[in-house]
Amino acid sequence: MPSHLHTHDISCQELLASIGDYVEGDLAPELCREIERHLAECEHCRVVVDTLNKTITLYHASAHEIILPDDVRGRLYYVLKLDDLRPKRP
Amino acid sequence: MINEAEPPLSLQALQAGDRAEFARLVEVYSTPIYRLALKMLAREQDAEDVLQNTFLKALQHIREFEGRSSLSTWLYRIAANEALMLLRRKRPEVSIDEEASEAEESLPLPEQFTDWCCLPEQEFATTEARRQLDQAIQKLPEKLRVVFLLRDIEGLSIKETGEVLNLTETAVKTRLLRARLALREHLAAYFSERLLSET
Repeated sequence: MPSHLHTHDISCQELLASIGDYVEGDLAPELCREIERHLAECEHCRVVVDTLNKTITLYHASAHEIILPDDVRGRLYYVLKLDDLRPKRP
Repeated sequence: MINEAEPPLSLQALQAGDRAEFARLVEVYSTPIYRLALKMLAREQDAEDVLQNTFLKALQHIREFEGRSSLSTWLYRIAANEALMLLRRKRPEVSIDEEASEAEESLPLPEQFTDWCCLPEQEFATTEARRQLDQAIQKLPEKLRVVFLLRDIEGLSIKETGEVLNLTETAVKTRLLRARLALREHLAAYFSERLLSET
C-alpha cells in the first residue's frame, strides 16, 4: 500500500494485520473505531476491505451450488451396503 | 453448511450398528463432504473417492468416536485428511515446500485497488465469474485452501476449523486471512477488467 497513507492513527500495515478480525466482527470496539476512522480517510484500504467483504459474500453465495449427483449418491450407498435404505429424492 | 436432519442423529444408535441411522448420517453429510472434496481436488472422480473413503472409515471407526467434538467435525476431519493425502500422493513436492516456508511469511500486500463492488449483480453470476471463483480456489496452496473451504464455504467456526485440522485458532485465522486476501487479488484482476469493459 502507498507509504504516504501511513499518517493515520493506525497504519495501512496495521490495518492489514487486523483486517481478518475486523471482517469477522471480532475486534474490540476501540480498535474497530480506529479502523473505521482509517477507512474513512484511506481510499485504498476502504477498497481492500469492501472487495474483501464482497469476495467472502460471493463465495458464501456459491456454497449451495454443488449438490451430490444422483449416480455418485447411488454408488456411495452401494459401497456402504445401504442400498435398501437410500431415500428417494423428491 | 450442513442442515442437520430432524430428529438429531443418535450416536448411541450409530455405535450400536443401526444401519438406518447410518443411512441418515450419510443423507445429512454426503453433500457437504462431496462439496469439500470437489473444491479441494477439482476432479469429480477424486471427490467421489474421498466421499466413499470418508464414510467407509466413519462406518469402520464410529465405535471409537468419543464425542469430544461434534459428529460433523469428526467427519470433516476424516474427509480433509483423505483429500490432503490424495493431494500429497499426487504432488508430494508442493506440500513440503509450503510447510517449510509457512512460519517466515509475512502477509502479502494488496496490489489491486479497483473498487469492483459496484458491478451489476448479474456480472457475479455468469458462468465465467463462477469459473474464476473456482480457479482462484485452486490457485491457493492446499493448507490455505482447506481452511478457507471449511470456514467460508462449509460455514464452520474458527474453533471448529481448528479442531478439524488440529490447528490453533491463531493459525486458522492467519491462514484464513491469507486465503481471503489471495482470492480477493485473483477476483479483483478479473472483475476490474469487467468494470473497464462496462465503461
